[in-house]
Amino acid sequence: MDGSATDRPSLPLWLLAELTYKCPLQCPYCSNPVDFARYREELDTEDWIRVFRQARAMGATQLGFSGGEPLTRRDLEVLIAEARSLGFYTNLITSGVGMDEARIAAFREAGLDHIQVSFQASTEELNNYIAGTDAFRHKMEMARLVKAYGYPMVLCFVLHRGNEAQVGDILELAISLEADYVELATAQYYGWAWHNRDYLMPTRAQLEAAERVAHQYQERLRGRMKIFYVVPDYFEDRPKACMNGWGSIFLTIAPDGTALPCHSARSLPGLSFPNVREHSIEWIWKDSPAFNRFRGFDWMKAPCKTCPERFKDFGGCRCQAYLLTGDPENADPVCSLSPHHHRILEAAQVAELRTEPADEVPVVFRNTINSKALSSKEG
Amino acid sequence: MSPPLADDDRPEIATPSFRFQWEEAQQAHVLLYPEGMVRLNPAAGAILQLCDGDREVREIIATLSAQFPDADLADDVHTFLETAIDNGWIRNR
Repeated sequence: MDGSATDRPSLPLWLLAELTYKCPLQCPYCSNPVDFARYREELDTEDWIRVFRQARAMGATQLGFSGGEPLTRRDLEVLIAEARSLGFYTNLITSGVGMDEARIAAFREAGLDHIQVSFQASTEELNNYIAGTDAFRHKMEMARLVKAYGYPMVLCFVLHRGNEAQVGDILELAISLEADYVELATAQYYGWAWHNRDYLMPTRAQLEAAERVAHQYQERLRGRMKIFYVVPDYFEDRPKACMNGWGSIFLTIAPDGTALPCHSARSLPGLSFPNVREHSIEWIWKDSPAFNRFRGFDWMKAPCKTCPERFKDFGGCRCQAYLLTGDPENADPVCSLSPHHHRILEAAQVAELRTEPADEVPVVFRNTINSKALSSKEG
Repeated sequence: MSPPLADDDRPEIATPSFRFQWEEAQQAHVLLYPEGMVRLNPAAGAILQLCDGDREVREIIATLSAQFPDADLADDVHTFLETAIDNGWIRNR
């Protein structure tokens, strides 16, 4: 989406509603905070409807129902209907677990525009291992029903060392399910994936092979199925324009009502994020200190401060800068101009030198027990 | 790749993937699709507004020509409709 142009004020065009942190899956690259078990008080139906109204009035157009697994919310149909009547393009981002034909039909009735179904792999065995539950066959069935009910369907596969070699099979699966769009996104190392980085990180040779296959399919399926292949930034030498800039177009509302410029921002130190229980979306977006913290360029340090590329990449990702350098004001160390760039290279090097098979590298699955253990460790 | 539209074709927005609407906050027409948005310039918005599946391409050109009598719009409209059909935004009804 565009929206970063300086001749227009920034609008929260993209609203991500993380309805819950509850999820029956345990994917070790989950984007939820590692300490999700701390946040139990979910917004109620009325709170969410107020958020949708206020955000829509501010110009929000895309609304993603996400989580956790949004299907665990029994009021999802009501929320979809309300959002659709406000003029949002409504996206359901789901694992498919908790879905059945009756709900797919009810969502259609409520006006849902699109469903994104995530898969963990192209084979049942690996899919169910990563998901931590026997979900594969149900996902297949749900994906077929999503198409049978006439929705545009996105299939999302997070790639990593364990399934990077499956890209051809994954795309054949997507073709057989008649997906309209396929997202092949190599895991980015935040939150749970940060703790599982050694397990997840592919080698450069794996990535290049996967990319070649993805490009062949892109050519072949032009005009039929759109394939997005997202290159992981650890293998780049310039950072991504993360979130198109802090507080530029993205607004995430966490299950407890905390408003965030991106779903990882909660991990940053020294910031007090506003809550929709206490503040309006307008105040949060325009006036809250947290949303203004990394807007513009004045907060930057060298080398970003004087870099001509700062207008293009906004210094990269604040969460990644914090995770790898300890200071969110530093340049994203993905950048080869960053004095900390060697930390990215070293992490990628670990993947190159790793010889033991995947099942000998410890994995931290995303579940409540591990969340509590990691929360107490991190204080 | 889709064939270009003839003068008697009747283009319409490619629902359900794409939705066309006016956005007050952006003062622009937009096309919304799964997890994305295209902000349209005024000319593109004016053309797509007429792609209702009833009007033929020649009627779309005639309607726009009546609104903007000083311009020769036929080529521009055809070019834009080809782009739109290639992007999957519209289809022939």
